[in-house]
Amino acid sequence: MSWLLNLILVLIVTAVVAWVFRFFGQKFTHNKPFFRDMPFVVAFGYVAGLLVLIAAVSYYFRPLEVNGVPSAGVIFFRWAVQGFIGFAIAAYLFRLFGRAVGTAGTRKLFRAMPLTAAFGVLVILLYALVSIFAGSIAPYGQEEIFTNANIVPGGNPIMGGDPNFPLGTDQIGRDIYSRLIYGAQNTVGIAFATTCLAFFVGGSLGFLVAIVGGWLDQILSRAVDVLMAIPALIFALLLMTIASVWSNQLGIDRTIFMILIIAMIDSTRVYRLARAVGQSIVVMDYIEAAKLRGEGMGYLIFKEILPNAMAPLLAEFGLRFCFVFLTIASLSFLGVGIQPPLADWGTMVKDLSQFINFAAFAPNVATAPLLAAGAIALLTVAVNFVVDWMLHKSSGLKD
Amino acid sequence: MGSIFQIILQRLALGALTLQIVSIVIFVAVNALPGDFAQAILGQGATDEAVAQIRADLGLDQNYFTRYFSWLVNVLTGNLGISFAQMNFASNMGGDQLVGVVEQIAPRFKATMFLAGVTAIFAVPISITLGVLAALYRNSIFDRAVNITTLSSISSPEFFLAYILILVLAVLNPIFPSLSNVYEGMALGEKLNRTMLPALTLTLVVTAHMMRMTRAAIINLLASPYIEMARLKGISPMRVIVRHALPNALAPIINVIALNLAYLITGVVVVEVVFVYPGIGQLFVDSVKIRDIPVVQACCLIFAAAYILLNLMADILSILSNPRLRHPK
Repeated sequence: MSWLLNLILVLIVTAVVAWVFRFFGQKFTHNKPFFRDMPFVVAFGYVAGLLVLIAAVSYYFRPLEVNGVPSAGVIFFRWAVQGFIGFAIAAYLFRLFGRAVGTAGTRKLFRAMPLTAAFGVLVILLYALVSIFAGSIAPYGQEEIFTNANIVPGGNPIMGGDPNFPLGTDQIGRDIYSRLIYGAQNTVGIAFATTCLAFFVGGSLGFLVAIVGGWLDQILSRAVDVLMAIPALIFALLLMTIASVWSNQLGIDRTIFMILIIAMIDSTRVYRLARAVGQSIVVMDYIEAAKLRGEGMGYLIFKEILPNAMAPLLAEFGLRFCFVFLTIASLSFLGVGIQPPLADWGTMVKDLSQFINFAAFAPNVATAPLLAAGAIALLTVAVNFVVDWMLHKSSGLKD
Repeated sequence: MGSIFQIILQRLALGALTLQIVSIVIFVAVNALPGDFAQAILGQGATDEAVAQIRADLGLDQNYFTRYFSWLVNVLTGNLGISFAQMNFASNMGGDQLVGVVEQIAPRFKATMFLAGVTAIFAVPISITLGVLAALYRNSIFDRAVNITTLSSISSPEFFLAYILILVLAVLNPIFPSLSNVYEGMALGEKLNRTMLPALTLTLVVTAHMMRMTRAAIINLLASPYIEMARLKGISPMRVIVRHALPNALAPIINVIALNLAYLITGVVVVEVVFVYPGIGQLFVDSVKIRDIPVVQACCLIFAAAYILLNLMADILSILSNPRLRHPK
């Protein structure tokens, strides 16, 4: 309970300092409006922020070793801060690059882009590159098993590492670095394929229903209502149980069942949106004109409605992708998703998770599971940043 | 008043109907299994007589309609069957003390509700406070920092947050235990201590969402004329938000809280597995892995029921808090 007491003490001190700060600010600036109108909460916020900053900086510069024992907290904190600053600088440079190079359209896009969105675009591009060229980037194959299992990450032979395996090997001797890279291909690739399938099915059905209406609309919409009443992850787990039996009997890979199941579950969400967007477009005059011209259903859906529904669908695609990606990662983490010889981040986190317990005395060892989990988090965060920016831009919210 | 009851009754009936159809979906899905339960219980080397015996015991030789309705009646009377693992054990080792699925699930369900409750106690006040503050100081550094943090924590997978918390709060600074093996009859303080890490993980996930919705709901209202009026009267920005904007933003906020509680009940699966918390999610995943159909079916039904119920509650509360919906034209 001592930490609770400390916390209260710190809060009291911060409050006092905040009051003093505002008081003297008013005195010395002769009641400039900035200090005169400052509520106490804001002063408190400034001081608290400053204190956190000071604490962070002093913690950052604490020694990495005390009497030969590594202080793991400091090491992890430095990595986190360095990673954060590194990504911020990379995003900034990327935005500068985007502003200078490219067509007038892209340059204009980059000029109005916030740093978070630039970060998002950069990360998405990186992931796309890594997943496409995984085969030539990775030093070893994803299924290659080496004789030395459990090599410690870091590549330092004294600490039990091996320079040939910079991130070490897992329990049965597969190179973790290569598996991380192949994980990009498998996890991201499968999630992308699933999302595309969900969009194709949900989107075309939604538009079709928006045009046709009537009993088809009633049947499909009620069916979707029922499917959406079951929580997604639970439903996916139920169906995966059944799919695992089927895949054993039919000899079809379980991953294919997973793609179909998740695409089915997510297409219900896409259907809802496509139907709503489609219904507002169908009443437009140009649709009427196209119908009078005698255009077919396919033309109406893909040439008339789709281009006009692109903006909301694109934002939804980003969010859906995140959701599918996280569902697949969670299923794999729970052991029923992407199946073993394929490298995949969710499974890697699960398999390597116990190494976190060694973090206190061997920080290197704990990085492997965190890298895999972090790779998942980084991509979803990046996509969300981009989607957030797109939504903000298209809604025109300024307040 | 009559119309409110009518609406609520309508919604309840709709919820019951949905649950009924969901039960059909679950039943159909489970019965789409190739082979049948009898084979699944006995495994590969079962003799034909044994399979036939079990089929008769479970009523698998009847047609689908009879089976569905007898299952439904059993569920409604609180009989969820016996898990395959138990049956397999009994058929190999003998013994009649079979533990039914209900007895298996009940303590797990209680544990999960406890976890969800602790999380809600943390998450709701924090998220509303943060949401109000972010709306009050929108576009400031504070707002942006909160925005980036919450967006990141929404989009990270739960297990990433969970392992980061384990790393910081259990391994580097041993404050809370990383394994939450709670059991019944444990002292409340100890139980809370062990539940803390899973609860904090869920809080991080849920708070972010609720806070963003609170902020959005309040900012939406700030453009309305009566807020302008309140501002022109000269009252402080804090008072404008707390007295004038917040009560009118309650409907969407209540809605989002209920939705997040629904998420809590179902989203606990991953978190429970990470922390080995003995909740219903853990049981569900274990049963999925060994294809223990009765347990999977029961858990699925419970999750769906909780989800539908909370969504229903969100619906009703938002109708109650909004006069325009209370008196439909």
